[in-house]
Amino acid sequence: MERFLSRLYLALVGIFLAAPIVVVTGVSFNEKQNLAFPPQGFSLHWFAQIFTDPEWLRALIASVLLAVTSAALAVAIALPLAWFLWRRVAPWAQVFQLLGVAPFTLPPVITALGFLTFWATSGFYGQPWTAVIAHAIFFVTLPLVTLSLGFSSIDRSLTEAAATMGADDRTVFRTVVLPLILPYVISGYAFAFVLSLNEYIVAYMTIGFVRETLPIKVFNALRYGYTPTMAAVSVLFVAVTAAVFGLIARFGDLPKLMGALSSKD
Amino acid sequence: MRREPARGLVQHLPVIFPGLMLTVFFIVPFGTMVAVSFFRRQQGGFYVPDFVLANYARFLTPFFGNVLVFSLYLAIAVAVVSLIIAVPFTYLIARSRRQTQVIWLVALLSILSLSEVIIGFAWSTLLSRTAGITNLLVWLGLMEAPQALVPGFAAVLTGMVYQAMPYAVLVLYPSMVRLDPTLTEAARTLGASPLRAFFTVVLPALRTTLIATLIMAFIFALGSYLLPQILGRPSHWTLSVLITDQALYQSNMPFAAAMAVFLVLVSLALVALTMFAGKKLEA
Repeated sequence: MERFLSRLYLALVGIFLAAPIVVVTGVSFNEKQNLAFPPQGFSLHWFAQIFTDPEWLRALIASVLLAVTSAALAVAIALPLAWFLWRRVAPWAQVFQLLGVAPFTLPPVITALGFLTFWATSGFYGQPWTAVIAHAIFFVTLPLVTLSLGFSSIDRSLTEAAATMGADDRTVFRTVVLPLILPYVISGYAFAFVLSLNEYIVAYMTIGFVRETLPIKVFNALRYGYTPTMAAVSVLFVAVTAAVFGLIARFGDLPKLMGALSSKD
Repeated sequence: MRREPARGLVQHLPVIFPGLMLTVFFIVPFGTMVAVSFFRRQQGGFYVPDFVLANYARFLTPFFGNVLVFSLYLAIAVAVVSLIIAVPFTYLIARSRRQTQVIWLVALLSILSLSEVIIGFAWSTLLSRTAGITNLLVWLGLMEAPQALVPGFAAVLTGMVYQAMPYAVLVLYPSMVRLDPTLTEAARTLGASPLRAFFTVVLPALRTTLIATLIMAFIFALGSYLLPQILGRPSHWTLSVLITDQALYQSNMPFAAAMAVFLVLVSLALVALTMFAGKKLEA
């Protein structure tokens, strides 16, 4: 009885979580241009359109470029900072750790508006790279947290041994630290990549009037007429997101990572 | 290699780039926004440096007062409902096998990082007349004709709970996993039913986490921007929607900035409250 009830509860929550995705997936297979469910006919036409329609393709490329570059910049900011905090005794540098976590804790509209006023004041408003910097700062929290966890799990006697044998800081980093930290670099990058791919408001406030990322394009399509392509894009996003997290789970310790991401100490 | 203080420029080198980036692109934009909130707006969408409090005074009008009250009310409702669903759910997955846990975590993370646009679109389809859940009820004979359930408050609430619930689970998860299983075992041995053990042992042991989760879900919901627009009517718009509207479409940057500063203050006050409540409960 007890087992049955707990299974039932899990199943109900599972249905709640899956229902919208199931419906959207169904809609994306419609043969004609309508949003019927269950789908009428079967067609992969709307998926093809993401890659053949120049507007959707442009939005896809813009989104992927933004996510690839901003996640790289986020890691480039987080890695030296996390390494420094681990390697040195520097209480003052904790300030930067706090700054790195702050944008992610505040409501996103704050970061978005901060960047809007900043780029407007400095005269760079609308340049494509402004969104790259905005996303890198907004999502730097994720690589910072995964990397801090990664460094704290390194056994210091390993680096000590290397140093005793005569390796300098640079050699220790390259030959001992980097291989140990690499999985955390990858998962930090993956987190930032996925979130940047899906992010709407910061991208909209920085470059929304100049170019469209996929989330912006979907939102505009919602306003100005529905098409099953939106559903196909959503399915693509769900698939990519689930695949990335699946890979993180496959190659990393997801339960431990989650523990680190949500504990405040 | 022992940790030692950094000496000289070379040893400080690694911290310079991150420090510079975070200062220039977080502190400065934030400061710019705070400054602009005191600027005076000019005709045509521009603003000039000044020190006026008029932007803040505009909160006192009934319209913005209503929006603020509605935003807070919606965020509280979302946080409470999310927590009610998330607590038993997290408890159950934390006690399941590791492989099962990982699958649930992947699903939750995927939903959590999905774009608000896509969540909004998915729910507006699920609640629509043509493709929606009411068709299922008609098919089952429970309903006469399919109905549209959007736009409306229930739709906004459902969409936002869908988004915030995974977040609440992920905040609860570490504490639930770390919870000592002997606690419930002891309660069971002493004759408590599983439900009774859950309410009298598990929940009290986690009260600090529960409060923290509630407030974090509240802040998360407070920042929601797209769902009230996609799933609700203009009367369901939140402060975040209004901030964007003022900044981009009404070209009133100073007023938008003032509202944003206010939103930060509310969020910070709540975070401080959480920490304070946590300390008090632990003491």
